[in-house]
Amino acid sequence: MSTHHISVTINGTPYEGDVEARSLLVHWIRDTLRLTGTHIGCDTTSCGACTILVDGKATKSCTMFAVQADGRQLMTVEGLEQGGTLHPLQEGFHEEHALQCGYCTPGMMMTSLALLQRNPNPTEHEIRVGISGNLCRCTGYVNIVKAVQYAAQKMQAAEQVPVGAEGGE
Amino acid sequence: MIPGTFDYLVARNVDEAVALLDRHGGDAKILAGGQSLIPLMRFRIAGPTVLIDINRIDSLEYIQETDGTLHIGALTREAELDSSTLIRERYPILLDTSSMVADPVVRNWATVGGNIAHADPANDHPATMLALGAQVVARGPAGERVLPIDEFFTDAPFETALQPNEVLTELRIPAPVERSGGAYFKLERKVGDYAIAGVAAYIVLDANGNVSYAGIGLTNLGQVPIKARTAEQSLLGKPLDDAQIHAAADLAAAATQPTSDTRGPADYKRAMARTLTVRALRKALARATGGE
Repeated sequence: MSTHHISVTINGTPYEGDVEARSLLVHWIRDTLRLTGTHIGCDTTSCGACTILVDGKATKSCTMFAVQADGRQLMTVEGLEQGGTLHPLQEGFHEEHALQCGYCTPGMMMTSLALLQRNPNPTEHEIRVGISGNLCRCTGYVNIVKAVQYAAQKMQAAEQVPVGAEGGE
Repeated sequence: MIPGTFDYLVARNVDEAVALLDRHGGDAKILAGGQSLIPLMRFRIAGPTVLIDINRIDSLEYIQETDGTLHIGALTREAELDSSTLIRERYPILLDTSSMVADPVVRNWATVGGNIAHADPANDHPATMLALGAQVVARGPAGERVLPIDEFFTDAPFETALQPNEVLTELRIPAPVERSGGAYFKLERKVGDYAIAGVAAYIVLDANGNVSYAGIGLTNLGQVPIKARTAEQSLLGKPLDDAQIHAAADLAAAATQPTSDTRGPADYKRAMARTLTVRALRKALARATGGE
């Protein structure tokens, strides 16, 4: 059994530590680093509750060994809020009532974030396909789709402000 | 659930992966996307004592068409097939397939090579590669060899012709020719599930409109990925009319050996194999004749 010293950056903060080869990334993040916003749902790569970004790619962190993350850039749900201001996705989930029990929400938001980074203005169908690897047993997805649409609009509006400001000079 | 203990090694290039496999032999497994292997290890169904991680070998991730052949690097992620313009425009059967593999988050890591090398009869690419008449490139200590896909899978589930010290490096697919087309249809209970039944079909018509090549592959309809040879042969030299399509679908259904399970009784799966073969052949014909 091998043990490895790994260094990763999570939400802009460097972390390092020793991990057994068999340690799953989600367990290291939750149990060792105490970043417990990332949830463990199904343990079978099915539900997506543990989704985080690894080098920008939505990743089920129960299906990657911690050692594989060595040297990589990670983002968890804790990285969404900045300086006390909710991320447009968090705001959207709040405004559109896109959660009930909240268990799937961190993974749902991280998958949606990767989707919006790749496709800033998705259709409803693209959103539904995009989040199809994340299961929600409460909402029926309707309000989750609305929340992602809310975030997409808000993020696009925010991007247009500096462009408009430059153009006005 | 936590996997049993193992040693983790990183291969920085294919030669290193081969050397590590050669040293550790049958105890070692290649870790590619890990989206099948890691769950199997968590369930303790698989228990390799050595994992050789190839995820950092960027040179194994590519999709390129050269000299009438599509080359797909073994480590190419399903998501890359999903978003490739070349695949969408020239190989819609591959987009049909990759877009049905597991779910979009899994597809960010899941690899085409892994989908083939795992040789799970429920995986989607084996049927498509069988239909297309793909070739598999393997690298071992003695060098590279190229195997036809129907010799890559064996009669035993989850077994391939790969030697314990060989790495699958590339898949080669004949580029589309005039009047060629293919399609993959998968019936699934929900996104992320394995197929209840899946059928891939690929055809080429000659200048007279008669079938000069027919490939039909079946997903999750037996112990191994199935190439429906009798059905394929029944189509050759004739126009692909509805009677021929239905006759071939009957033969494809007869080639299945499904088992009854939570995805349905065997009879139902056999009936779905027939229906999906009809749909896949019709779609292949439509694409071969300039339609969508």
